[in-house]
Amino acid sequence: MRQESLTLSYLRTRKKFPSVWCPGCSLGIIMGALIRAIDQLGLPQDDVVLASGIGCTGRMPVYADFNTLHGTHGRALAFSTGIKLANPRLKVITVMGDGDATAIGGNHFIHTARRNLDITAVIANNNIYGMTGGQYSPTTKPGMKASTAPYGMVEPPFDVCELARGAGAPFVARTTSYHAAQMTKLFARAIDKKGLGVVEVVSHCYTTAGRRNGFKGPVEMMEREKELAVPLTGYLKRKQKDPEHTLAEGEFLTGVFVDIDRPEFCEVYDELRRRVREDS
Amino acid sequence: MAKKQTLKPKDPRLHFTSGNEAVGLGALYAGCNFFGGYPITPSTEVAELMARELPKRGGTFIQMEDEIASMASIIGASLAGAKSMTATSGPGFSLMQENLGFACITEVPCVIANVMRGGPSTGLPTKVSQADVMQARWGTHGDHPILVLSPDSVQECFDLTVTAFNLSEKYRTPVILLSDETIGHMHEVIRIPEPGDMPVIEREASAEIPADWYKPYDYGVHSTAPLIPFGEGYRYHVTGLTHDEQGFPTGRPDESRKMLEHLLGKIEHAKDVYHVERLYLEDADSAIIAYGCTARVCKRTIYTVRHEGVKCGMLRLKTIWPLPVREIDEVCEQNDVIFVPELNSGQLMRAVKRVNRGRATIVPINRIDGQLFNPHDVAEMIINRSHGIDESDQLII
Repeated sequence: MRQESLTLSYLRTRKKFPSVWCPGCSLGIIMGALIRAIDQLGLPQDDVVLASGIGCTGRMPVYADFNTLHGTHGRALAFSTGIKLANPRLKVITVMGDGDATAIGGNHFIHTARRNLDITAVIANNNIYGMTGGQYSPTTKPGMKASTAPYGMVEPPFDVCELARGAGAPFVARTTSYHAAQMTKLFARAIDKKGLGVVEVVSHCYTTAGRRNGFKGPVEMMEREKELAVPLTGYLKRKQKDPEHTLAEGEFLTGVFVDIDRPEFCEVYDELRRRVREDS
Repeated sequence: MAKKQTLKPKDPRLHFTSGNEAVGLGALYAGCNFFGGYPITPSTEVAELMARELPKRGGTFIQMEDEIASMASIIGASLAGAKSMTATSGPGFSLMQENLGFACITEVPCVIANVMRGGPSTGLPTKVSQADVMQARWGTHGDHPILVLSPDSVQECFDLTVTAFNLSEKYRTPVILLSDETIGHMHEVIRIPEPGDMPVIEREASAEIPADWYKPYDYGVHSTAPLIPFGEGYRYHVTGLTHDEQGFPTGRPDESRKMLEHLLGKIEHAKDVYHVERLYLEDADSAIIAYGCTARVCKRTIYTVRHEGVKCGMLRLKTIWPLPVREIDEVCEQNDVIFVPELNSGQLMRAVKRVNRGRATIVPINRIDGQLFNPHDVAEMIINRSHGIDESDQLII
């Protein structure tokens, strides 16, 4: 009950509810975890910007009582870059879907990681385009059926965390929509991180992907997330004992993959301003 | 020993500079403190000047990963309180169109300088053209308001950029400065006014009402709500979806209509957005309607044709969109022949024809080979047409 009233106090209750999300959607869990993380960090609502692109995830900002921006498809991080650079005092949290972040917005995703702005990038990865009715995305698993992959997905998928790591993000983590408590902790760490914090949330869309791929309901999909998630720490320990140990088919690692310190871009640019002013 | 000759002290307000750099200088005068851009010929000098000057003044220059991101970044910066702009040319302008529409519907002030080059596609990157007139008007999808200004000199690149920022702030709308390769790369001496000599409209930082009462949009007939930057305690929602005055998405027919009527009406009914220059129109029986580099060329043309006894005047459009209908209407009413020279296949000409409604004879003069008009070529055409030597409907160089 306490938890429920906490999240409620951050919602725009005067706004038109219920949400656009289907029953069993993981986005409500992700929004709840995000709000709890923001609350734990004690960030004033006036200082938080929640930005998004297009898709089901893109609808998240409208429900939460922050400075909110629902931008264009794939461009959430580009909008966020402008916001953050113009007012570095603002805490910018950007929520995206897998198509939003890695297909149409892939360019902005890697360049935001390269620049290393102090932004939190949450990627709800349900391996599908939900809002448009279940088309395959760059993270759709091979063989998975989608409305535009009626015979199964034939393209190889992106690994969102590896992409973020390769592009230079100093904080990269993965969790699932089943692990709500871990998600809250990871969100808090990513927001607190000086630099781009990327958190991929392995999630599900029963309506457009689950039904087409033989799942009985969203609960079954969440249980599957639980089964397939392998904590990184446990995996590394086992690997130490048995170097031959690998992930079974479908399994994926969760936890913090990258947590390093890199110069943050707003600070770098501020330093440039100081240097140029001293010279002139 | 010969004494060193003392030169007259240089007027510090005078600068020998290019049109593109004047755009940057005008932006800085107007208080621009954020530039997000991507290199493209022939507009890059604007970005280069801003990269040099903005950090000195505490502002921010960022070279984004593409023009889509450039446009998104200046909208984001504007929402966070910055006065922002970008500069681009043809292909880059095409990439900006989606987010330009976002700035229109969310009513976010920003300035986009498009230095026109030959198209379509990569076209003639280093050559002049005026073929983005219609893209500037209708490039982004959907009914939308747009303000497009066109300079014909380096001084006007400066002046109209300041105007662009002011109109953008006043009407909360993106403003396009439609320059071209000739004007952008032309060098002239300009006078930069002292701070305060030209009015500069600043963003309001407070709505002077409790945060709970603040509405980010006002759909009154002629009103526009102040845009309070993110982080000032007025939490609100910004969306590219059709929205109500609270900024929340709506699909209700009445609310959708209200939003769009407001968007279109606020520019259409504005009185101070129409800027034109009238030249020798008092005694004219024929007139040129032109803009940008072509208008600049035609100033010489008018001198030549008048010397030959042709009473030709000119209406120069500094504002292309919204179309200065009243001013064009007046010229159509008072003249028998209207020449519309353009470095395209006749984009403004069609708009002039609609205003004309068959009264005057509209004669387009077109050049689409990447070259500037020669004032004497245009003069010869006008003289021949006026003396009945050439009766053709369209004059092509």
